[in-house]
Amino acid sequence: MSAQLLNNITVFVLAVFIGFEIISKVPTMLHTPLMSGTNAIHGIVLVGAMLIAGSADSDLEKALAFVAVVFATINVVGGFLVTDRMLEMFKRKPSKPDPE
Amino acid sequence: MTPLLALSQTAINFTYLVAAVLLIVGIRRLSSPPTARSGNWIAAVGMGIAIFFTFLDPDITSYWLILAGMSVGTVIGVASARLVKMTAIPQMVALFNGVGGGAAALIAAAEFHRIAPDPGHLSGDTIGAMLFSALIGSISFSGSLVAFGKLQEILPGRPITFTGQQLANGFLFAVLLGFGIAAGTTEQGIWMVLLLLGALLFGVLLVLPIGGADMPVVISLLNAFTGLAAASAGFVLDNTALIIGGTLVGASGTLLTVLMGRAMNRSIANVLFGAFGAVPSGGAAAPAASADGKSYREVTAEDAAVMLAYAQRVVVVPGYGLAVAQAQHAVRELADLLEARGVDVKYAIHPVAGRMPGHMNVLLAEAQVPYPQLFDMDDINPDFPRTDVALVIGANDVTNPAARDNPDSPLYGMPILNVDQAANVVILKRSMSPGFAGIDNDLFYEPNSAMLFGDAKSSVEKLVAAVKAA
Repeated sequence: MSAQLLNNITVFVLAVFIGFEIISKVPTMLHTPLMSGTNAIHGIVLVGAMLIAGSADSDLEKALAFVAVVFATINVVGGFLVTDRMLEMFKRKPSKPDPE
Repeated sequence: MTPLLALSQTAINFTYLVAAVLLIVGIRRLSSPPTARSGNWIAAVGMGIAIFFTFLDPDITSYWLILAGMSVGTVIGVASARLVKMTAIPQMVALFNGVGGGAAALIAAAEFHRIAPDPGHLSGDTIGAMLFSALIGSISFSGSLVAFGKLQEILPGRPITFTGQQLANGFLFAVLLGFGIAAGTTEQGIWMVLLLLGALLFGVLLVLPIGGADMPVVISLLNAFTGLAAASAGFVLDNTALIIGGTLVGASGTLLTVLMGRAMNRSIANVLFGAFGAVPSGGAAAPAASADGKSYREVTAEDAAVMLAYAQRVVVVPGYGLAVAQAQHAVRELADLLEARGVDVKYAIHPVAGRMPGHMNVLLAEAQVPYPQLFDMDDINPDFPRTDVALVIGANDVTNPAARDNPDSPLYGMPILNVDQAANVVILKRSMSPGFAGIDNDLFYEPNSAMLFGDAKSSVEKLVAAVKAA
């Protein structure tokens, strides 16, 4: 096992624990926005698509990488915007002073 | 072309660490109502940082392909996120998820193609990660597209099943593993192509038999899949940003899927293999229990309005029909009128009413319905026996008493709103056709139930007019 692989596995295992911990208590009303928000976050795959697209040699690789960049960008941009639209609905009315 | 400004790999990895912290803080804040919106933007900033600094990676020698792809993707992403109607947001989430999975699969395919002419140089774990990314990414892509098709009603929403389906799926999965092993050992492109195509087919077959209220759970599961595919692509490229971002989604998405399943009393295995809404195996008994020979009562808007206006306690039960008709503002108006007459109005929110958990909260919040009037299923159910009128607006499966009483029903075991215990039930519905799960609702034939047919919005508006006159 290479040092790099062990590194990757370490990061992976820690991220699994964090992923489980951070959403342990979520009210039902936030299930959908949370799904949509995490959906945007796996758009991080765009970073991978960029690395491939920026170093592609053959035409086939370029074509595959181009589509990957388009797809991943849709995932990121659309994901965050749609989540924001959903959460906009939860906006409270201008907070009233506490009842005297 | 030389890079504009190349940063060292260490410097870039440091920016990835900053990005990862922001993503984690973002998700954390997303899980609590007052901080959710800012959480989304914090995560977006983290993402922006990771993307920006990736441009400075020394491995990137050409920018035009990236910039062209990002421009096209941004236009499509912004347009679809802005133009989509609130009711269509669930299928939009499915679509965004699918393209993410597709991107992960394409990355794996491109990397595989790059090493294919010169096999034997890569370690087994890199190739394994590549194949995993291709497999899971493709399944997520085609599965999400089927989910989109079902929610958009391009495909029938009810489960599509055939005999031996699970056997066929199992066989296909075994074949896929075979393709994967062949691709991994020979490093020849043809096996990769077969793996990708087979995985696409598998994704379709996986989601086709799932329907009804299970759809959100499946989208959440595919969301977790895409996360894992992205993480796996991170192993291929030795990229920590991908591993962390993807894994966070894979783990939190899995937990969220379990939570959603629990909210409707179904295990994930049950969702995937239970063919929700399929004809119960009890066969002969089922048709007798459906529409034939049963009668229902129709009511006019005027009669229903009188019932409401002179009631003491009214519980509004919203469902997908309310979302489709965009009736939330009219409902709010009706509730205000009733309250002005001294009627106690509450809203009963089933965890999976609509197409996704929280769907109804979003809509009613849009109409500025005061939050304290919204009650969760467990809090409102004890109130139904003391309720004068339950006003069911476009909700169906979540009110079906068969889920509580009829062990033969495919819905059996799903917690429901005990609407049938109210003194009177007024059901606003377009027709007698069954709900999303494709199951007849026994509630409609109860003696205390009355149907008010029509589009939810126009029906509620008629009720508003009639209450004003009453």
